[in-house]
Amino acid sequence: MDTTSTFWLPGQYSTIASDVDGLFYFIYWCSVFLLALVTAAMTLFVIRYRRRGKVSLTSGFTHNTSMEIVWSVIPTIPIVVVFMWGSKTFIRMHAMPGNAVEVKVTAQKWFWSFDYPDGASSVNELVVPVNKSVKLTMSSQDVIHSFFVPQFRVKQDVLPNRYTQLWFQATARGTYNLYCAEFCGKGHSEMLGKVRVVSDSEFVKWADEQNKPPEGMSLEDFGAQLYKTKACVTCHSVDGTAGTGPSFKNVFGHEVLLADGRRVMADENYVRESILDPRAKVVNGFQPVMPTYQGVIKDRQIDAIIAYLKTLAK
Amino acid sequence: MQTAAATSYLHEPKGLKSWLFTLDHKRIGVMYLVAIMTMFLVGGVLALLIRTELLHPGRDIMGAETYNRMFTLHGAIMIFLFIIPSIPAAIGNFVLPLMIGAKDVAFPRLNLMSWYLYVFGALFSIYSIITGGIDTGWTFYTPYSITTGTSVISITTGVFILGFSSIFTGLNFIVTVHKLRAPGMSWFKMPLMVWGLYATAIVQVLATPVLGITLVLLILERLFSIGIFDPALGGDPVLYQHFFWFYSHPAVYIMILPGMAIISELVSTFSHRHIFGYKAIAFSSLGIAFLGFLVWGHHMFTSGQSETASVVFSFLTFFIGIPSGVKIFNWLATLYKGQISFKAPMLYTMSFLFLFTIGGLTGIFLGALSVDVHLQDTYFVVAHFHYVMMGGAVMALLGGIHYWWPKMFGKMYSEFWARIAAILIFVGFNMTFFTQFIMGTRGMPRRYYSYPSEFTGMHGFSSVGSYVLGLGFLIAVIYLIHSLFRGPVAPANPWGALTLEWQTSSPPPTDNFDYDPIVEHGPYDYDKIHVEPMK
Repeated sequence: MDTTSTFWLPGQYSTIASDVDGLFYFIYWCSVFLLALVTAAMTLFVIRYRRRGKVSLTSGFTHNTSMEIVWSVIPTIPIVVVFMWGSKTFIRMHAMPGNAVEVKVTAQKWFWSFDYPDGASSVNELVVPVNKSVKLTMSSQDVIHSFFVPQFRVKQDVLPNRYTQLWFQATARGTYNLYCAEFCGKGHSEMLGKVRVVSDSEFVKWADEQNKPPEGMSLEDFGAQLYKTKACVTCHSVDGTAGTGPSFKNVFGHEVLLADGRRVMADENYVRESILDPRAKVVNGFQPVMPTYQGVIKDRQIDAIIAYLKTLAK
Repeated sequence: MQTAAATSYLHEPKGLKSWLFTLDHKRIGVMYLVAIMTMFLVGGVLALLIRTELLHPGRDIMGAETYNRMFTLHGAIMIFLFIIPSIPAAIGNFVLPLMIGAKDVAFPRLNLMSWYLYVFGALFSIYSIITGGIDTGWTFYTPYSITTGTSVISITTGVFILGFSSIFTGLNFIVTVHKLRAPGMSWFKMPLMVWGLYATAIVQVLATPVLGITLVLLILERLFSIGIFDPALGGDPVLYQHFFWFYSHPAVYIMILPGMAIISELVSTFSHRHIFGYKAIAFSSLGIAFLGFLVWGHHMFTSGQSETASVVFSFLTFFIGIPSGVKIFNWLATLYKGQISFKAPMLYTMSFLFLFTIGGLTGIFLGALSVDVHLQDTYFVVAHFHYVMMGGAVMALLGGIHYWWPKMFGKMYSEFWARIAAILIFVGFNMTFFTQFIMGTRGMPRRYYSYPSEFTGMHGFSSVGSYVLGLGFLIAVIYLIHSLFRGPVAPANPWGALTLEWQTSSPPPTDNFDYDPIVEHGPYDYDKIHVEPMK
């Protein structure tokens, strides 16, 4: 629970957040003042000048040029302030820092994957060091998505066949919600991730651990963990109910009916192929919408998922 | 009293065929009103289903795919089939020739054709609902709209056809205003309703073709993969957004300018007071129509367009706020020293002034670049455009319907129930949409089927508000239809207004006036003449 949030805005956890909020509250108080003025004038006039009995000729006060010029010009002053302030911060948001942790972000229906320069990768969890600039270079595998972290006040659309960039510097350790903000289909509201901000040493340790199962964890348990962290859970249940994709329950070692009428045995090679080339064998009754995990997942991790699937088919 | 009933446009000639082939702008206006309010009902029911689904996170009454179709259809129907045609085509058609003392619009046959095009376009949209619906959002963004399996082609064809209906109405109004004004009606003796419709018509004629071309390109992309919007073929999905908003931002002014035009009439009539700053209001309508073409990029601050473009669009966006603000001040100054009546149309006018001010001010948050980055694609945007479109355009439409109802149908509705409905609609509206501002600033993204549990309370409150809103509309439908059969007969000029449409009988004869009207005074000369309104 974020205790630093206010009635209007979530807590501020990036270096630009307080600047954005400053302008937000400047506009807010100007608006409150103007709305109060309009409402008070309207209320006062309709009560003071309410109709009593029959009507009669009314005032011939039909225009007043100097008054009209005044009320057109005065509001332009705060408006110019708002424009300049907003633009200044916006340009700062788009000036990429030179010395930054760089992460490649890939969006696809309906999960986020993050690739780090040293080979580490993660799904739906962006791990970054605190108080360091982080530069994201983002692209999409399918439709337009949008990277949105409310507590950092950053948002940037993620496009197919093009890179967009975004940077931020988190100011406190913790876990923050990552949303997809551009409508992308059935799983749009499930395309949720986390940004986990950690200390420098934790970050280095985390990056090291990415490619192997944690110390002392069985392969099956590692697979169960990957099932969640690699976002299999978004589309595949483990209790037998069909989601966007078939359930993982009782799949391994059973015969599967494909959309083209063939029947195949769900063995190790079938599972591996379905992860790396999901459209090669599509299960009957489901759409070929799963993206490939080629490059997202390591061999050892596939082994772990196979081990996990075996535990679900007993 | 004139014995108008026998010759009124409603009663002669008789029979369904006489309506379906009528060239009378009043009958076409009524036919538009029926068609448009039917679509409003459909769009409204969809809205209530959406709000019901959002009572809790996860599934309440429908799955995600159904939900996506529902909000897409709600948006598409409300924008293309309801708000855009509502005031110009239904009310404008009825009152524009009457207000300028003409017998009809300049091209009556074109007018009838635009109604048929509207119906034809609406049928295409209904067809796409039956054949599986569409799940792209009303904006049809590429590449989603190219890859989805839903009925994109049929609904965009429908919208393409509707565009022609809109262009023809605009063209008709421009020529009518230029050529058919009664003797003595100089440009600055025209009611502000006419100025507003005129400014709207210019936008309709100039902007709508761009939407048509864009949708044709989208259809060609889907059918033949021509590679203009599809990135996989070297196309540019952001180009689609530029094309789309080049129409759809001016379209915002197609929706709100006629609403502002109605408010100018209502505020003067029910204050029994000369409108303040006539020329400023008239020219601000033209100013808004012009500036409206220069700000489309403010829908795209996070899209990946160049930062320079964003800065320029932000700058221009703030300047369109000025003429809108000027109108608000002028309306308030009109109330000053008036003799204000609280009839239902005035209640809607006051609702408009309050809600549209909020709608306008929240636009400043979205125009400010750094703040927009946080608020873009959240519920803040949803709340903002509902305050402008529903709090603005729809409140004005409701005010206009209540104002001209006696003229259209020759019957008075129940003032008591009309006030109850107006208050319910105001309360329900604020419950529904003010809550959404708070959700938006806290980071709730729009078009979400499910949501984090921290938003459950506010989503629930918003949904309850929408039921109050729905109840208000239900009451309005009941007493308005009841008035047609049981309502007292309306006098020619129940509100004591000075514009020309109130000088002929209610409902007017087929040729509008029994005499050739000559304009001897301005439309708002309450300082020189007065007509006693009915009790």
